[in-house]
Amino acid sequence: MSLATTKTSKIDRLAELTAKKETSSGASLWREAFRRLRGSKMAIIGAVVIAAFVVVAIVGPWLAPYSPTAQTWRGEVLANQGEFVGARGENWFGLDHLGRDMFSRMLVGARQTLLVGVVSMLIGLVLGALVGAVSGAAATLGGRAGQRLDDVVMRVTDIMLALPSLLLAVSIAAVLGQSLTTVMIAVGVVQIPIFARLLRGSMLAQGGKDYVLAARSLGIRKRRIVLTQIMPNSLSPVIVQATLSLATAIIEAAALSYLGLGNPDPAIPEWGVMLSQAQRFFDNAPMMSMYPAVAIIITALGFTLLGEAMREALDPKLRG
Amino acid sequence: MSLLELDGVKVHFPVKKGILFDRTVGHVYAVDGISLSVEAGQTYGLVGESGCGKTTLGRAVLRLVDVTDGRVVLDGTDVAQLPEKEMRSFRRRLQMVFQDPLGSLNPRQNIESILSEGMAAHGIGGNREERREKIKEILAKVGLPGNALSRYPHEFSGGQRQRIGIARALVLEPDLIICDEPVSALDVSIQAQVVNLLEELQKSMGLTYLVIAHDLAVVRHISDVIGVMYLGSLVEEAPSDALYEEPRHPYTRALMSAVPVPDPEVEDRRERILLLGDLPSPANPPAGCRFHTRCPWKQDTRCATERPELRDLGGGHRVACHFAAEIASGEITRTSGEVVPAAHEGSGGSGGSEASGAPRASGASGGGAAKGSSSGERASEAPAGT
Repeated sequence: MSLATTKTSKIDRLAELTAKKETSSGASLWREAFRRLRGSKMAIIGAVVIAAFVVVAIVGPWLAPYSPTAQTWRGEVLANQGEFVGARGENWFGLDHLGRDMFSRMLVGARQTLLVGVVSMLIGLVLGALVGAVSGAAATLGGRAGQRLDDVVMRVTDIMLALPSLLLAVSIAAVLGQSLTTVMIAVGVVQIPIFARLLRGSMLAQGGKDYVLAARSLGIRKRRIVLTQIMPNSLSPVIVQATLSLATAIIEAAALSYLGLGNPDPAIPEWGVMLSQAQRFFDNAPMMSMYPAVAIIITALGFTLLGEAMREALDPKLRG
Repeated sequence: MSLLELDGVKVHFPVKKGILFDRTVGHVYAVDGISLSVEAGQTYGLVGESGCGKTTLGRAVLRLVDVTDGRVVLDGTDVAQLPEKEMRSFRRRLQMVFQDPLGSLNPRQNIESILSEGMAAHGIGGNREERREKIKEILAKVGLPGNALSRYPHEFSGGQRQRIGIARALVLEPDLIICDEPVSALDVSIQAQVVNLLEELQKSMGLTYLVIAHDLAVVRHISDVIGVMYLGSLVEEAPSDALYEEPRHPYTRALMSAVPVPDPEVEDRRERILLLGDLPSPANPPAGCRFHTRCPWKQDTRCATERPELRDLGGGHRVACHFAAEIASGEITRTSGEVVPAAHEGSGGSGGSEASGAPRASGASGGGAAKGSSSGERASEAPAGT
């Protein structure tokens, strides 16, 4: 075997060759994903929509030309007789059925809508990820007892998944009573099994990879393996799901408000509530429902676009 | 005393079925009673076709899978019986190199983090700086530059990744390294590089290897002793050269007959023993000799009823066959199976009718332990030659 001779010099030569190709100082996967995200049109459009939405939600109350609750033009709207005021110079989006400025209500309502979306998504994400992480960790490294635990937890989430989400949310709202918090909890709870399943599945897939075996054979503690090896690699689908579920959370919260289970004080503007109220006057004033409906759709679309772009950016198979 | 001794090691996986909660309905006998010993400073090669349990055996030694029965003794300590906590610190002495170099490295950790994690877990090197020095030293040994530290696995080539995997095993200064198909995922040119590196490290650091592979050429090159596995048990074990020069077990003979010979004249006369049928399921292994369902030398007595033990035929050549001596002396001749000139292999209808096509294909996969090297190329060239 002539290959087996003069090896020390060969190994040095190997190091040299590797060093020569050295250009980057090491880019982590997250950084690379972010770089690809910046190059994606879908991501940019989504981010711009979301940014606009967030800005409006924050500064909306100061931008609003009139008070969103004062029934300033009460005399001009006769809802019972089908007399409404549409868009005009004074009121850009017209008036609602109580003579309030629609434009101001839309601007101020963005904050409530964002709050409902983000809080209920966070409820679903945090609790769901917790359940999923426990279940996933138990199933991958917990041995026989862990698998039992995983079985039990997953059957419970299966039951939750089997119920239609809106029905579940309505039942929760019915039990807890009518309030904005109820809507957030109801919409959030519906998301729990989705996040739990997703994270658990992702962790199981990662748990079977060789690098987890390698970590085990190095003698690293199981808790540390879960936290430093399995979790970081399992999170990307969950993050994508979070952006996507922000969109559905806003729509579901609007649906609950529409069913009359939302904020009991209709004076505080929220897009979902506004949509549900405007629905009654759809025949005479269709534009009154159009503004909140289109706003909800565009916002949801923004989150969906960003979520999809993130899914593509984080997909290791598309890494180039 | 040997560094590693396996005594009747069994790994059985339960097969589960159930609607709500799982019930065990049977077992897969992945590893079914293996005894072998690995001497310090030597390389033990384990070969066999896919599904024969060689990877499971490797994992059982590391206790990455639970050992159902038997003893795995490393330097006087039974690894299979150690309590979880002691096992964790004991792992330092046993390390593994994996088949898939990319899959075995966490894509979100940089090289420094990958290499220092094991050291941190075992308290080697007091602080970050000391560890970094040590890592740089090891990286130089495997031929990687010091500036690789801050880079991530996806920025390296396959061979470089495998050398990172080897470095990870080395930082803990283990006594035994289990190499599970260390080169099968690499290009042939890189294979030689990694095999030579492993040999070089063995010489300079006094390492002991248990190499699991299906490539007979690689195993022969690197191993001192070779064990041949079939369906969860060892069928033959011998010093490397003895095994290649004179295989004694019918299964080994069939395997060896698949290896091409570099000498064209000998190669022309080489005969290929084709095994009939597929590898039986390890969930339902045949009674008696595990190999009797496919053995070309199968006898009516004993083979189907009595499971052969490994017997020493002299010179450390151990064979698990009732009739190994008789076959070697020519007293027993083949009762079934087919032998074709290797040169005609893969040339379609030359050797028989359409009907014999199917078993021949599976026979070739029986010899699949030798796949990769050149039988595939031969098959594609053969039609052009005839």
